[in-house]
Amino acid sequence: MLQVRDLHAYYGQSHILHGINLDVKEGEIVSLLGRNGVGRSTTCKAIMGLVPPRGSISFRGRELAGLRSDLVARAGIGYVPEDRQVFPTLSVRQNLELGLKRAGKFGRWTFDDVFRLFPNLAARQNNPAGVLSGGEQQMLTMCRALMGDPDLILIDEPTEGLAPLLVEQVGVLLAEIASRGVSILLVEQKLTIALKISRRLYVMGHGQIVFEGTPDDLAANVQVRQEWLEV
Amino acid sequence: METLLISVLNGLVYGMLLFMLASGLTLIFSMMGVLNFAHASIYMLGAYLAFTISQFVGFFPALIIAPILCGLIGAAIEIWGLRRAHQNGHIAELLFTFGLVFIIQRVVQMTWGMLPMPYRVPPSLDFPLFVLYGSNFPAYRGFMLLISAAMLLSTWLLLKKTRVGLIIQAALTHPHMVSALGHNVPRVFTTVFAGGCLLAGLAGVIGGNYQTTEPGMADSMGPIVFVVVVFGGLGSLAGCFVASIVMGMIQTFAVVIDYSVADVLRPLGLAISGDTLLTEVLTVPVARIGALLPFVMMVTILFFRPRGLMGTRDT
Repeated sequence: MLQVRDLHAYYGQSHILHGINLDVKEGEIVSLLGRNGVGRSTTCKAIMGLVPPRGSISFRGRELAGLRSDLVARAGIGYVPEDRQVFPTLSVRQNLELGLKRAGKFGRWTFDDVFRLFPNLAARQNNPAGVLSGGEQQMLTMCRALMGDPDLILIDEPTEGLAPLLVEQVGVLLAEIASRGVSILLVEQKLTIALKISRRLYVMGHGQIVFEGTPDDLAANVQVRQEWLEV
Repeated sequence: METLLISVLNGLVYGMLLFMLASGLTLIFSMMGVLNFAHASIYMLGAYLAFTISQFVGFFPALIIAPILCGLIGAAIEIWGLRRAHQNGHIAELLFTFGLVFIIQRVVQMTWGMLPMPYRVPPSLDFPLFVLYGSNFPAYRGFMLLISAAMLLSTWLLLKKTRVGLIIQAALTHPHMVSALGHNVPRVFTTVFAGGCLLAGLAGVIGGNYQTTEPGMADSMGPIVFVVVVFGGLGSLAGCFVASIVMGMIQTFAVVIDYSVADVLRPLGLAISGDTLLTEVLTVPVARIGALLPFVMMVTILFFRPRGLMGTRDT
């Protein structure tokens, strides 16, 4: 459903992405791995149109490269940024409402779904999102993107800085997302979650894809893990 | 006592007028990152347009038409000017609005001339509303308070109770995220810029005959409005409101206070005399440094609290 071909991106003069090729198929969970600063987040931003992309980004046969981000979102791609970007002064419920592309237009996900999955968010739905804990903010950002009923969701480092128990919750949510037929492109640094839930993995290094395969392939490939993943 | 009450009311009138200008500016500033130098020029334009329109159809239709025209001018500036300048960064935007200040000023001078306009309070509002201890409070100032309070209420309702308002509030902190959620942020920017210009135009309509409608009115109002925005804090309408009222009060009271620092020190037994620089400074009456106070306050707050009174981020 998503086909990225020869994607380049620049921050000013510096060339960050050097021709990325990647695919996400209908209903698939795909992980994009790599160390910090290799361009994983930039790949997401370029797909979303938040960084000007060069190359081709085709989604269900439609070319998205060069479109404004709101049009990319309306094409059916959801985005959960690494730095979460909750709207701190707005309430939890208002944050979720902003995920809806039109008032009252629900798709696969409703307020009830979110509040059932995360009772913490339900209890604090009228509190400003800025006072939530890091973990709660992470859940909120993911749920906010889901309210827009995307068919593919890009999730950038959802477990970063979270306690093990919360990491587990993220895993549960990812499984729930996938069970509703939403494809996932997961950006991660840690292998644990990625190896467990992904069908396919990409490893990035220096703005390029350096490995593509199944979790088993990666587990077997000591050289890739040592050179591009392990610290 | 009577000076106090009347001055409080006058300070409130002026403060609300400031708020009408500053609220638009702070919304534009915090959302788009553009310090719109031309904001006070739109205020001036509002006054001139209202003067001309009121000669044909009277004051009250002008009260509606002139702000709408200002809003449309604002939308045009955003769509065909700022959006293009924005691609070249903030400095380009800043210079763009700086250029607009002079263009609008020249256009106003070429159209209406250099002299003040005989833009007067409409006769139906030209009477004393009430008399307090011998000093009267003009009905027009009451009317100004009414209009600005109505404006404050409707802006608040629009921001807090509608979906557009929700999107605007979200875009104040994370415009890119709002876009990535599927909302048309450029259209939100145009709406806010046009809305801000509409408010500035309205302030011009009711402020033009309260003060004087002349080509220098933008220059005298602009700096004060900037002070209010910085003092109140970026992204905070509440802070902006408090700062406007405080500034309105300061400006009004400073004019009527005829004491100097030396006068305050004298009862404490600290007589100051002689012919030194210090004596000069301390014996200046507050009334004479009133115009200086807002700027001193801005510099001070930038020093000690760069995010302003209630701002959500640093200036």
